Amino acid sequence: MRNAVGAVHTVLLLGGRSEIGAAIVRRLVRDGARSVVLAARDPENSLALRSTVRALREAGATEVAAIGFDAADPASHAATVAEAVARVGDLDVVVDAFGVLGDQAGYDADPVAAAESVTVNMTGHVSAGLAVAARLREQGHGTLVVLSSTAGARVRRANFVYGAAKAGLDGFAQGLGDSLAGSGARVLIVRPGYVRTQMSAGVDPAPFPATARQVADAVAEGLRVGASVVWVPRKLRYLFAGLRVLPRAVWRRLPR
Amino acid sequence: MRMERRLLTGWGRTAPTLATVARPRTAEEAALLLRQAGERGAIARGLGRSYGDAAQSAGGIVIDCADLAPGFRLDPAAATVTAAAGTSLAELMRALLPRGYFVPVTPGTRNVTVGGAIGADIHGKNHHADSSFGAHVRSLRIVTPGGGLRTVGPDRDPDLFWATVGGMGLTGVITEATFGVVPVSTARMRVDTDRTPDLDATLDLMSTTDHRYRHTVCWVDLLARGASLGRGVLTRAHHAEVADLPRSARRDPLRYAPAGRAAAPPWAPPHLLNRWSVRAFNAAYYAKAPRARRGEIQGAASFFHPLDAVAGWNRLYGPRGLVQYQFVVPFGEEDALRRIVGRLAAEGAASFLAVLKRFGAATPAPLSFPMPGWTLALDLPAELPGLARLLNALDEQVLGAGGRIYLAKDSRAAADAVHAMYPRLAEWHAVRTRADPAGVLTSDLSRRLML
Repeated sequence: MRNAVGAVHTVLLLGGRSEIGAAIVRRLVRDGARSVVLAARDPENSLALRSTVRALREAGATEVAAIGFDAADPASHAATVAEAVARVGDLDVVVDAFGVLGDQAGYDADPVAAAESVTVNMTGHVSAGLAVAARLREQGHGTLVVLSSTAGARVRRANFVYGAAKAGLDGFAQGLGDSLAGSGARVLIVRPGYVRTQMSAGVDPAPFPATARQVADAVAEGLRVGASVVWVPRKLRYLFAGLRVLPRAVWRRLPR
Repeated sequence: MRMERRLLTGWGRTAPTLATVARPRTAEEAALLLRQAGERGAIARGLGRSYGDAAQSAGGIVIDCADLAPGFRLDPAAATVTAAAGTSLAELMRALLPRGYFVPVTPGTRNVTVGGAIGADIHGKNHHADSSFGAHVRSLRIVTPGGGLRTVGPDRDPDLFWATVGGMGLTGVITEATFGVVPVSTARMRVDTDRTPDLDATLDLMSTTDHRYRHTVCWVDLLARGASLGRGVLTRAHHAEVADLPRSARRDPLRYAPAGRAAAPPWAPPHLLNRWSVRAFNAAYYAKAPRARRGEIQGAASFFHPLDAVAGWNRLYGPRGLVQYQFVVPFGEEDALRRIVGRLAAEGAASFLAVLKRFGAATPAPLSFPMPGWTLALDLPAELPGLARLLNALDEQVLGAGGRIYLAKDSRAAADAVHAMYPRLAEWHAVRTRADPAGVLTSDLSRRLML
């Protein structure tokens, strides 16, 4: 159960290898979470996952389970959620953090790879998000944290395949949050800008970069006050309020 | 039977969850609901005055006891009342006072039900003299998932009876109770008020004079720092005798007319109650209180339930609600109390309702909160940054002093802390398992604290 000051007991991380996802779960454990399920592709053979498990135990989690999860296989997502419930009971917080970045030039050259990235970054979140929402509705409480991105706030020429998938995901998460109003369950949309991680190591930092830890702190604060959207860092919200209305001719000439 | 799906919170208005709210009219209907409850479980609810998540059950059935055969009967010869579980203390006072009886125990609000009074084993300003509500219960009727409708009391299945007193509704649905009432000759109180300059003076005055009064309580200013730390306004009272009343009131000494209710606005902005506004309020309240006044005659409602005069006062804490923290530490642990008060003052935690009280004898109930010692209750805005860490630190101090926190007020404690504070939990749990072998009775509180 979420308590009056935003702490929870159980967490499911969809995308167990995600650096940002792991940082969020670590923060939630520091705040009192005790049972964690990490859902990831090929969980037995991931060093990153193993070190996350260790870090969570050290932070105070009493139960950390790793289960299989394939973002590109929507048919399996309901079963993944059911398995997590079987392990820890009610899902107090589900962190929806899986995704692939890729680069635009590569996608331009390989349309099939581009479509596959959208399958993970958008379609996979639809099936997983709806499966999670069904469970949260049934239990009458719980928060789904969706990792969106400023890349989807206004899609840029420089990474429009990734940005389009994030725009779709963000719209889906908004609609899902509205559909859950009054159910006791809710959706928290997280819109970070550039975050320094292994996934983004090959990309030049954008203005106002953040760390995974800052994203985690923002999520914890969002859970505490019951927010529906958080931007990381917060000033991006105001920056994008301006960028969203920039004339198209100017927008497409921006360097990145 | 009326049923609806509804979001529920406690009085603190934090952590809403969805449940199916059903209003049974008879014990049989309540038993049927327990049989039909699925794996999400069921829990009873009265007037929702628990501050946290005790009377809600996410995804389950919440049994609203308001329609449970309303009404009660007074047995004047035995000085007892038998009341349906959904009867409120407000109704009881309205009907009993004109006939010369007072409820045995009342908390700071009269808007609680008899079922809730037993489930939380509530206490009042007379705890040092009269113990908690459970001490006055002669018998009660309860529907358990395991055994159906039965009657229990201190002399009849005492294990189940005492597990139910303070058991937070987790042993069954109480449908009716018989308890002692107190004969009084007027509906007024004879009140002595004293202002104390600091915490030591407050503790000293309470320790030396409590035994001379039936009802005592001290409001404490937790925002006064330095030499004024823990200054307070102590009120001590007896039920007034006819001769105490002004001549004009003697003709109808049992007249009971609680003041009409003002209502808090339906919405208040966040941060309305902050350390500056509360400090100003506290300073004004302290300055206005008499240094020492004797024999003031007050109505029972204004003495016991000043906050009931403002309907929905909890909304003043804004959309994010409030957290109430109440703990007790045994006598001899005054240093722990001083440390906690010092910490709250140092953090500038804005509480404008901090109440200090001495507890007397406890009941035999394993989960009952009161024990002989000092209890402090305070309200804090849930949005206060760092609140989780502050209260966890206070939990450690309370636990280290051999004390505990009050489950009816709790909305945020960790399960392991609460388990350590209630060492008789295993004993209680064995009785709960007998009454509810399948674990049907489930509240958000029981899930959060693994009770």
